[in-house]
Amino acid sequence: MITFDGVRKVFPDGTVAVDNLDLELPTGKITVFVGPSGCGKTTSLRMINRMIEPTSGRILIDGDDVTSQDDALLRRRIGYVIQHAGLFPHRTIAENIATVPHLNGVNKKKARAVALELMDRVGLDESMADRYPVQLSGGQQQRVGVARALAADPPVMLMDEPFSAVDPIVREVLQAEFLRIQGELGKTIALVTHDIDEAIKIGDMVAVFRQGGHLAQFATPQELLERPANDFVADFVGRDRGFRSLSFDTAAALEVDDLFSVATGGEVLVLDGAGHPHGWTGPGLGSTSNPTPLGGTFVTGDSLRLVTDLAISSPVGIAVRVDETGRADGVLRHDSLVRQLNARRRRRAEAESTS
Amino acid sequence: MSTTQETPYLFDPANWEFGAAGSIPSFIVTHLYYTGLALAIAILIAVPVGLYIGHTGRLAFVAINAGNAGRALPTLGLVSLLVTMFGLGLIPALIALVILAIPPILTSTYAGLRAVDRAAVDAAKGMGMRELGILLRVEIPMALPLIISGLRSAALQVVATATVAAYVGLGGLGRLLVDGLALNQYDRVVAGAVVVAVLAIVIDLVAEGIQRLVVSPGISGRALTRPSKSFPTVSPTQPRAGTASAG
Repeated sequence: MITFDGVRKVFPDGTVAVDNLDLELPTGKITVFVGPSGCGKTTSLRMINRMIEPTSGRILIDGDDVTSQDDALLRRRIGYVIQHAGLFPHRTIAENIATVPHLNGVNKKKARAVALELMDRVGLDESMADRYPVQLSGGQQQRVGVARALAADPPVMLMDEPFSAVDPIVREVLQAEFLRIQGELGKTIALVTHDIDEAIKIGDMVAVFRQGGHLAQFATPQELLERPANDFVADFVGRDRGFRSLSFDTAAALEVDDLFSVATGGEVLVLDGAGHPHGWTGPGLGSTSNPTPLGGTFVTGDSLRLVTDLAISSPVGIAVRVDETGRADGVLRHDSLVRQLNARRRRRAEAESTS
Repeated sequence: MSTTQETPYLFDPANWEFGAAGSIPSFIVTHLYYTGLALAIAILIAVPVGLYIGHTGRLAFVAINAGNAGRALPTLGLVSLLVTMFGLGLIPALIALVILAIPPILTSTYAGLRAVDRAAVDAAKGMGMRELGILLRVEIPMALPLIISGLRSAALQVVATATVAAYVGLGGLGRLLVDGLALNQYDRVVAGAVVVAVLAIVIDLVAEGIQRLVVSPGISGRALTRPSKSFPTVSPTQPRAGTASAG
């Protein structure tokens, strides 16, 4: 657990970067610091490994004040990932990854073995071990940056905008893999981003900062979307927060209609021999042999957000559910979905008022 | 010494006898001795100062002004001044050559360190390297191409200017120039100029070879031009079947 206890940082020019911050980052979880630029999120992160010293207050890692330890030794026990990876261009990938083991006096052979193992973990081909950073793409470099931070197996990781320097497609891949790795390792992670969507997607807890280094809200992503503490948070998480909060529930509880229940528009679902849905046919739609595409299907494990999106974007306003084998097993109409979302909202409101 | 009209000084075998006093090889050896000594002293002064200024960012004006002042200083005038202070001999010539060599080394060392990617330095510090480790294992290796280019340009200037030693009664290839002018033997002057020029080229080639050896391929760009196997680029994971549009 990382604890901020009344932490304040005033820069020499008088700017208050962080003002009286009290915060507890749970062990084994990802805590995201998010906020507009100049809100003190990066300063807060960098105070954990003493890249910046607080003006007053204390920061504790599992009860130990970070300022009571030698700064270099402290940092070797804390993984550190930065925006542009910050790889050493004169060293090979394996040497880059082995930086901290090397500092800790691990011998070369063992350090290289650690490096190769980590390359595998972050999804890099072993044959890249003896290449130089300049030969890698931005996304690959960031993977090396993560591997390098993991090399000494630190319990705590600090990540400063680790995914913001890569293009959106690579970013999604890296985020997904990061969550997979975290699922395996369970590190205590503090991650800074300016992207609220990223915060909601990868954070177990989200700390929203506002200008002047104030903590606006500290909550789970779902709570943040459904119950923003004030107008600043509501504004920052965005206008479509209601829609995005649907990401946190699965479609398991949704009731679907029979595949061939009477359709008002006369549309008919086209299935192949194995029962896999192929598209829609009917008035104004494609023929049986060349049906109008579905635009996607869902399974019970998918989020309400995905189902809602499918129902809205479907050419006939109907989302099609399939089982694990891909066979269609139900349809969900627009109006039925709206009714069920309404019922869900009422149930939640009741649950809240009684609790 | 040969003064034959037929064979120019440079091509007269008598002037190339090894070991003979006043032969071209002996002048080359003395010349290299002055050059090497002046460069070594200049490196010992300029590199640590350049590293300090580049690493800390303090006193940057020293590096910048040294560069400008050094270029403006006439070495021959400086030598004359130093001779009035120290008398004839090695000291005034050496001091003048050291002063000539310091600015390019100092300026390029400073510039090399300043050009190091700050993200790499930040990462090094954040991973627990100490200041000296950052300097030796991150900043210097990354700054090496610029540092060496400063050394090369200093070496070229010193090897060409070491001819002033002859003006203060010393040896070296400057003797050919000074004596040739005094005796009106212009083929001797030409021989001195040509040998100095060839020496400068040889020194620069050697320095380039050293640079290739000590600069990491990841920095020099050779890693990019080396023949390499093709790699499968990392492809985005496939979206789950059946969940096409949303997410």
